[in-house]
Amino acid sequence: MKFKALTAIAALLAAPAFAGGADDDTLVLNGEIEMTTKVAAPAHMAETGIDEIISGWHFRSDETQQLQTDDFENQGMIFVDQGLETWQTVDGSEGKSCASCHEGPESMEGVAASYPKWNEEAGELRTVQMQVNDCRENRMGAKPWKYDAGVAINVEALIASQSRGMPVNVAIDGPVAAAWEAGKELYYTRTGILELSCASCHEENYGNYIRADHLSQGQINGFPTYRLKNAKLNGVHSRFKGCVRDTRAETYSPGSEEFIALELYVKSRANGLSVEGPSVRN
Amino acid sequence: MASGVKPRVKVPKKAAAGDAITIKTLISHKMESGQRKDKEGNLIPRSIINRFTCDFNGQNVIDVDLAPAISTNPYFEFEAMVPEAGDFKFTWYDDDGSVYEEAKSVAV
Repeated sequence: MKFKALTAIAALLAAPAFAGGADDDTLVLNGEIEMTTKVAAPAHMAETGIDEIISGWHFRSDETQQLQTDDFENQGMIFVDQGLETWQTVDGSEGKSCASCHEGPESMEGVAASYPKWNEEAGELRTVQMQVNDCRENRMGAKPWKYDAGVAINVEALIASQSRGMPVNVAIDGPVAAAWEAGKELYYTRTGILELSCASCHEENYGNYIRADHLSQGQINGFPTYRLKNAKLNGVHSRFKGCVRDTRAETYSPGSEEFIALELYVKSRANGLSVEGPSVRN
Repeated sequence: MASGVKPRVKVPKKAAAGDAITIKTLISHKMESGQRKDKEGNLIPRSIINRFTCDFNGQNVIDVDLAPAISTNPYFEFEAMVPEAGDFKFTWYDDDGSVYEEAKSVAV
């Protein structure tokens, strides 16, 4: 009898979680960095019907959320440490490491918040990984990393971790306007046998269940993301690929022009949220 | 030695005598179960941390046997009573015979 009563209470307490929506918890890292995880949507999202953008953190269970609050428990930080080793390791014909020019990774503060970004010299839109590879090829004389390769993601996570707590702020006008439009087009294009677009799930149905899992708004402010399901860091493009594959379509490749444009558009939907990378998700 | 192994430990620097403190430990290790096969269908040999111990001033606090089903990067969190100032010694034993050690001092 007592057991039954307890179960009933537990069910009542757990009820909000079953509703599937975002919760009202506050994310504070290591007891010091307070994160903005809910904020008014940027102006360009006026027509989407979303007036508040919400970090994917809010859609996860309390246990998963807690892992991200402490750098010791956040297993993504293991990969940040590995990224730091790579940062300090000399590679290529010029005898340089990242640290030779950029010194400590602290010099990367703010980078993750503003990328993908237009590179004036090259005349192209660049992601963090492209910029790192450009450095490797042209300054270090090293081989570029394959897009979303483990080592590349580790360094991206190291760079992202320097901006944690800073609001995402990518430019969407000027020279990147065309790419941004292309990304938006992709976001709303239905693909695959299931005929789903990004918006079908992450705009029209966030907060609802997709099979056993909560749909979030698909914000990428927390990338690279440590996923419990594969116990490693996951890159944005690899995640895009996974999503497109799930619509049962042929996907674009990580590092392709399409995904770079999509990254810019999706990132711009997070303008105002704190950079969380590396975040923890399931 | 398995690659990329790095032990990490979080212990409060100071504690009151007789207090129970929370200790967190994590070791990055791939914990290959020995059940998986590679692309050619050959079994990947088992490579796990099989034992973890923690001692305080020579006295054992915790001694854990680990089994192949334990996930990558095993994490342990436990409480220990600190009767006096001293050193915590943490030891992880790898299948391949490697031993990884870490020590932390606690002031009272």
